Order: sequence, then C-alpha cells, then structure tokens
Amino acid sequence: MEQKLFDTNVQWIKYKVLKEVIRRAYEGGLENAYLEIPKVISPGPKSELNCCIYKERAIVQERIHMAMGGDKENPNPVQVMETACDECPSAGMLVTPACRGCLMHACQDVCPRGAITIVNHRCVIDKSKCIECGKCSQACPYSAIIAQHRPCMQSCKVKAISINEEDKAVIDNNKCISCGACVYKCPFGAITDRSLVLDIIKMLKESENNTRYRVYAVIAPAIVSQCRFGRITQVVTAIKKLGFHQVVEAALGADITLYNEAREFREKGEGAVMTTSCCPAFVSFVEKNFPEFKDAISSSVSPMVTTAKLIKHSDPTARVVFIGPCAAKKGEYTLAKTGGMIDSVMSFEELQAFVDARGIDTTQCEDTILDNASYYGRIFAKSGGLAQGVAYVAEHLGIEGVKPVAMNGIDQCRMQLSLLRAKKATANFFEGMACDGGCIGGPLCITHSPRNVVDVDKYGNEAKEKTIDGSVRLYKMSMGEDNE
Amino acid sequence: MTIKVCVGSSCHLKGSYDVIEAFKEVLKKYDVEDLIDLQASFCLGHCAKGVTVLCEGSEPAARGPQTEVCDEGFILHGVNAQNAEELFATEIYPKLNLN
Repeated sequence: MEQKLFDTNVQWIKYKVLKEVIRRAYEGGLENAYLEIPKVISPGPKSELNCCIYKERAIVQERIHMAMGGDKENPNPVQVMETACDECPSAGMLVTPACRGCLMHACQDVCPRGAITIVNHRCVIDKSKCIECGKCSQACPYSAIIAQHRPCMQSCKVKAISINEEDKAVIDNNKCISCGACVYKCPFGAITDRSLVLDIIKMLKESENNTRYRVYAVIAPAIVSQCRFGRITQVVTAIKKLGFHQVVEAALGADITLYNEAREFREKGEGAVMTTSCCPAFVSFVEKNFPEFKDAISSSVSPMVTTAKLIKHSDPTARVVFIGPCAAKKGEYTLAKTGGMIDSVMSFEELQAFVDARGIDTTQCEDTILDNASYYGRIFAKSGGLAQGVAYVAEHLGIEGVKPVAMNGIDQCRMQLSLLRAKKATANFFEGMACDGGCIGGPLCITHSPRNVVDVDKYGNEAKEKTIDGSVRLYKMSMGEDNE
Repeated sequence: MTIKVCVGSSCHLKGSYDVIEAFKEVLKKYDVEDLIDLQASFCLGHCAKGVTVLCEGSEPAARGPQTEVCDEGFILHGVNAQNAEELFATEIYPKLNLN
C-alpha cells in the first residue's frame, strides 16, 4: 500500500501507527508498543520532521497513545497531542520583505481602519487597529502581506481552539462540537481523534468467531466514495474477513429516519420548523450556539442508531460497530439518547489500517452483495441528500408545506439559523451537515476528492429499492408498529 | 413460536419483503397472529439457497425438501410469496397443536 492512498502525509503517519498497533494486538508485542513502534515509524538516525529523532519519536508515542484510546478521561474524542503541536506563529497580518514601499500603497488605501502607515519605505501595520480583514493582503500587487494564522484555529468554525501559555493549541470542550475539521487541517497532525480499535478487536476476539455473540458492522453510506482499491462489494467481504458476522448499511436506518422526520413534521402542525438530527456535530452546534432551536431538532435518532436498533431487535445479544468518516460519532455513541445501541465506532482510516494489518487484499476479495437500503438512504452521505429525500417522502405521504434547505458546512448552518432567529428564513426544514459536502467530506475520510459525490450518486442509483417503502415495512414489522 | 425472515442483502434481493407480506397474510388467514411472532433477521447465513426463514423452537412438521433442522429450530429455504402459505400449512401450522 502506498502513500497515495491518502490525501495527506499526516493521515499516512496516523495509518502506519494504527496498522502497527493493530498488528501487535493480533500477533503480540502490544506491551512494547511505546518502545518499539517509534523506531519502526522513525528509524533515524536523523529526524526528517523535527529538531531531533528523539522528539520525532516522542510524537510517535503520542500517536500510539491516541491509536490505543487516547485520554479516556476526556469526553471529547478530538484531542490535542501536546508534543506534536508545533506552536505555529499566529501573528495575524504580517508584512514580508517582499514589500517594496511602492508609490501606490494600495494597502493603505484599502485598510478600513487606518491601521497602515508607510515608514522608511515599508508598510507597517498597527496591531492595535488591525482587524485582520485581509483586504491589504488582497490589494498588494507584490503579495507582500500575508495572514499568519494557526490552521487549527482557522479550521474551527466554532472558535473552540485557543493558545495556552506554552503556545500549544487547547480545545475548549464547552465550545467544541467534535466535527474534526482541525484533525484534517492541522499540518503537523497534532490534533487527532481517539481510536477505539483495540476495544473493537477485543470485542471481536471475545465473540469467539461470532459464537458467543455476533458482531455486526454498520457502514456509513460515504464508504462508497472511499473504495479506491477494490469495489464496495469487495470491501464488504474484507470487513467480514476481519471477523464481523454481517455488514449492514446505515442507509437502511436513513430510510427510516426520512420516514420518521416527515411524519414528525406533520405532527408538529402548522408553522412547524424542524432541523435534522443525523449529524451529531450539527446537533451539538445547535445546542451550543442556537439553544432556542433545541426543540426544533428532530427527535428521531440518527440512522446509525436506528440501524443498530433493528439489528438488536432481531438479535438481542448482538454487538454493533459503526464504521464511518466521522469524529463526532465517536462521541455520539456514548450519549444517553442513543440508548447504548452502538457498542463502538471505527473510522474509514482505521478500517484501512485494520484490513491492511490483517493482510487482507481487498482487490482479491470476492464480492458480497450489499443491498439493504434505498436510493434516498444512500445519498444521505452528501449534502442535500436528506433534503431531497424528505421532500420526496413528504410528497409520497401527502404531507404539505415542507420547504427544505440543505445547510452545507457550519458556516451555512450558522447563516440559515441566524435567518431563522431573525424570522427571515424562507425554509422550514433545515438539513444540517457540519462537514463541507456532507459526510463525504468527513475528517476521517481517506480521500476528500471531488469524485466522492459522483460515487455516492452512482451507489444511490444502484440501489434496487427506488423508494423507502421496503425499509419502512421492515422497520414497522420489527418495531411492532401498526400499518397506517 | 418466533419466525424470522432473513432480510440480509442476498435475501432482500430475492424478495424478503414480499415473503414478509405473504407471511403476514397467512398468519391472519389462519388466525394465528397471537401465537407467532414474525420478525426480521440480518442474514441467517444461507445466502445461496433463496430467501431463508428461521422457525425457532420447533421441528418441521413434514420434513419436506425445503427444510433443514438447526440448533434454534428449523430453517425453510427458497421461500417466496407463492409457496409461503403451502410451507406454512405443511411445516409450521401442525406444530402449533391447535387441534
């Protein structure tokens, strides 16, 4: 397997550490992980990344710690690795030596706060006046003014990251929505999601080949965009080879979520306003930033939980592991409202490491048919999919007045909910997705290519069920609901 | 008795939902809805043999070619909407001991 599998080198290092930890969990040597893995990852003698090989290995040790569960006292699955944090400069607007002290000084003209003066043929920015709007940077014909921000803080749309006295990044759990944007954006890979993979391995081993209890994998629909090596049907086989009894699509639960949300909308009656509840980072965003709309969040549980409910109803001793692109799911599954339906969560990155650590070649796996869900359930993976689905279901059930809007990423969520707050919103059904593009842009996706959305549409179209009827029938029967 | 219809991917493609509907009808027709709990199950592991139905805690009454005894009870293979009633009447109904 080569590095090109992933978008970034940070993911590649994370993968190598995970793979080594998983390999040792099966083949032995986990007790020496902290001592031996750093030397495998950073053989030395010279450091390629840091001041010395010792620091580089210390950072690998932090990565091993996160791969083995991270700080378990911290309820937030997204955590900062202190040694890895490179204390990036955050000077704000900075004039570089490229400034030629020109006659035009467009920078000065464009500055809305009069923060720029020309001293000794050089542009000088008065920090007490500067609001870091970036206009000077755009105006300079020499590109001599740059914005020096910490990528983690830039990526965080809820301003949960600050800098402590040691210049290290700190996450404020009261603000953080665990979306994981910083995990993907930190260029030093110093913020990461805790891995639960060792718990999962233990669960699989103790099931004694699914004889003591059965372990099911519930896969997020975004997985189809991640199958760069092998087909989705081969990936399903690979997951089963890891020791899972069965692979079920979360899209099945998504079908049922659509049905429940459309009905809930009808029950709310005239003037109803509703938001979706399937993206845990979005739900957390609403709770922390728009608490007045807490009651508007759909009361239906996420597709992940619905799917697990169906499984556990038919197989009460079952264990369920969700496999997805999402950091927030690693927090959601522990919440009381999920009723303990999900036993653990694995990311796509971790799945790749797991499959490779077990020596499974996906391209050589036979195909396992995967068909539990409808077109609509499957396109939940992209922004707009749910809105499209709920419009369809509302029409199907004869529910009138649903005006959906897809909020793609936290910035759009904030904008639409602000409109709602100001009573200026034109929509009344708000699909919220914290990640840009939806789950296919999730922080723990292996790739974030523009092709992902094409793959999701294709996968949706391949569904045998073009409507959600089959899934709903199954749900009603399982849950003992009467036919309407 | 509990009857579990497999809704794993393979059976789903072969029409599990139609089988579930057929069984619902049959249970109503024979007035045994209170005696039989009809459920769905995610893959019973007999993917190659058509839609699979697990009947828990019983033996097949007629031991026909489409039945297979297992630890939990017995399995019906190759069930479809057309043969559901016949299989029910010959293999399951007599075991309810209603006479």
